[in-house]
Amino acid sequence: MPEEIANTEENWSLIITPQRGLFDLRLGELWQYKDLLLLFVRRDFVAVYKQTILGPLWYLIQPLLTALTFTFIFGSVANLPTDGLPQFLFYMSGTVLWAYFADCLNKTSNTFIDNASLFGKVYFPRLAVPLSILISSLFTFLIQFGLFLGFIVYFSWREAPVQPHWDWILFSPVLLLMMAGLGLGFGILTSALTTKYRDLRFLISFGVQLLMYSAPVIYPVSAVPERFRWLILANPMTPIIEAFRYAFLGAGVVDARPLLYSFIFMTVLVLIGVMVFNRIEQTFMDTV
Amino acid sequence: MTVALSIEHLSKIYRLGQIGTGTLSRDLEVWWASVRGKPNPLLRIGEREQVNPKGDELWALRDVSFRVQQGEALGIIGRNGAGKSTLLKILSRVTAPTSGKVKVKGRIASLLEVGTGFHPELTGRENIYLNGVILGMSRREVAHKFDEIVDFAEVAQFIDTPVKRYSSGMYVRLAFAVAAHLDPEILVIDEVLAVGDVAFQKKCLGKMGDVTKAGRTVLFVSHNMGAINQLCPKAVLLRQGTVAAMGETQDVINDYLQGQESGLDQEAHLDVKSDGKITSIRVEDAQGNPRTDFGVGEDFIVKFTADVPDHVRKTVAGLEVSSLDGQKLLNLRSDGQGVVFESAQRLGRLVFSVKVPGLPLYPGVYSVEPWYAEYRGKRIDHVFNAIKISIYPKGKFASEKFIQPGRGVILVDCEWVCEYGEK
Repeated sequence: MPEEIANTEENWSLIITPQRGLFDLRLGELWQYKDLLLLFVRRDFVAVYKQTILGPLWYLIQPLLTALTFTFIFGSVANLPTDGLPQFLFYMSGTVLWAYFADCLNKTSNTFIDNASLFGKVYFPRLAVPLSILISSLFTFLIQFGLFLGFIVYFSWREAPVQPHWDWILFSPVLLLMMAGLGLGFGILTSALTTKYRDLRFLISFGVQLLMYSAPVIYPVSAVPERFRWLILANPMTPIIEAFRYAFLGAGVVDARPLLYSFIFMTVLVLIGVMVFNRIEQTFMDTV
Repeated sequence: MTVALSIEHLSKIYRLGQIGTGTLSRDLEVWWASVRGKPNPLLRIGEREQVNPKGDELWALRDVSFRVQQGEALGIIGRNGAGKSTLLKILSRVTAPTSGKVKVKGRIASLLEVGTGFHPELTGRENIYLNGVILGMSRREVAHKFDEIVDFAEVAQFIDTPVKRYSSGMYVRLAFAVAAHLDPEILVIDEVLAVGDVAFQKKCLGKMGDVTKAGRTVLFVSHNMGAINQLCPKAVLLRQGTVAAMGETQDVINDYLQGQESGLDQEAHLDVKSDGKITSIRVEDAQGNPRTDFGVGEDFIVKFTADVPDHVRKTVAGLEVSSLDGQKLLNLRSDGQGVVFESAQRLGRLVFSVKVPGLPLYPGVYSVEPWYAEYRGKRIDHVFNAIKISIYPKGKFASEKFIQPGRGVILVDCEWVCEYGEK
């Protein structure tokens, strides 16, 4: 009987089954596809700026103009406080940080829709796409952050009240990771849901905007009345942005507990996101 | 021999009517209506509720099991909708099966399309890397084969030009070249060979032949019986999601062609709605035995039945024979030879028969497309692409030199002479 022959050689390298377990995330497989991840990053980078005149300069113009606009509207017109920091630096730090989070979220939330034709033809761990987005957005962020650092140096030279905290600066990669995680978590959850409900995409771009106003991007936490502070602190981005500001500019409210809250929030979000994402990726092609 | 691929009781069900409406607001609307006990507000008046308790189920695959040995090239054939694409999608892990398992030994790569993931702004070089890695190679492997790929695609000059500036031929050649240099243990290929010009198609077929000879396991899905026959010693026939036959390719192909005789596809007819359709077609040899494979130059007879509409008194019949790429090779009509079928009463059911004597077709697969018309009137029905005959080398043309299908259209017995002389 062929059945018996088969039983003697059960060293299959792959078994395709109906539904994988919720916790069968196959992260090892993702590692095998690291080349793909890198090439996706490169593609995103090259493809976006290949036919623009200014090329990567756009990365610098975006935060510069936004920070200038914010300085004018929220600083000069609305007269919002900035924790005693130079207004331009304050808004620029908020803009650059928020841009990374929003970029990760917006782009990863379109994972399935944007790649439907690719996903329909060939298999690779789908998580490679959102992860590559995190990395290519990270490059953008680093360029913009470099510009920001340049301004810090300039302002310190002009003897503005800027006071970096080196111990917190060492902690900043963790903050960055938390931001990326939050963007990824929200993004892939949305991407999984948008396979069924396309209209969630509109909600997302709108939601990110709203979320920004509940984070200390254009105002410091210290300026928020005590009664409403919990509302602002419920946004997991709040402690991260405050800590960043404290690290590089020397003003802000930092505390271990809100940061821990953000970290746990991020971890749970990413876990749930990856699980849902894995579930959807197996049957996604049947629903589009 | 070891088993490279084992498909066990594989089923795939598509649930119709349960996919949702696509937007959250509408789904909520439907849900809210059902909560209040009201009918679905999105259904048109008179339309019945679609979501029955079990849902409308479409079994794209139903309990499919078979094994493929290592180094075997297996053809998969079947009509449109027989489940070939679904099987491919499951094997390529693009979608998950509903039940059953597929066990795989070794790396599996699938080619459902050429140029997957090509980005128009990237150069040929960048796209080779991107595409290769998407298809499952590592960057090192791509680098190792880079020159070979470029040579095969014949685009060395333009390798650093963005592919959006490529001609469509170059684009396809490059895309296929990457795919052709994949080195997985198991290769699953959809009908991607129908690309490029004829010369390149031949090159592709040759390359695929090499892949099989190199001891890799290949699953090949195609409508091109010639290519299947040439590349795959064994084949599987899928019919309505189940395995209808498996075995020697020629037998399975015959099975497939036989199956076509009964029940013509709706799409095959000239006009689906009109009456007077051709209800069956059969191809016979000179002795009247049903057959669809003939040697070069053998006689064959095409018989087809039609229920002629009542108002028609005079009809003429015709027969077209086309190659699979749609080229019309033969266009015969009875009135062209002065034959008109007529009757004083209603004609009723007619069985037209046309004998095609000694047709010297080149080996390959050809489509037989009969039609009939009202005399001096409109065509009543014309069946396209329903019955195929395959021509094999025979008699004076039995040489294996003529075995490759599609290398020509007609074979005639020529005289070859050469005169020798001094320089």
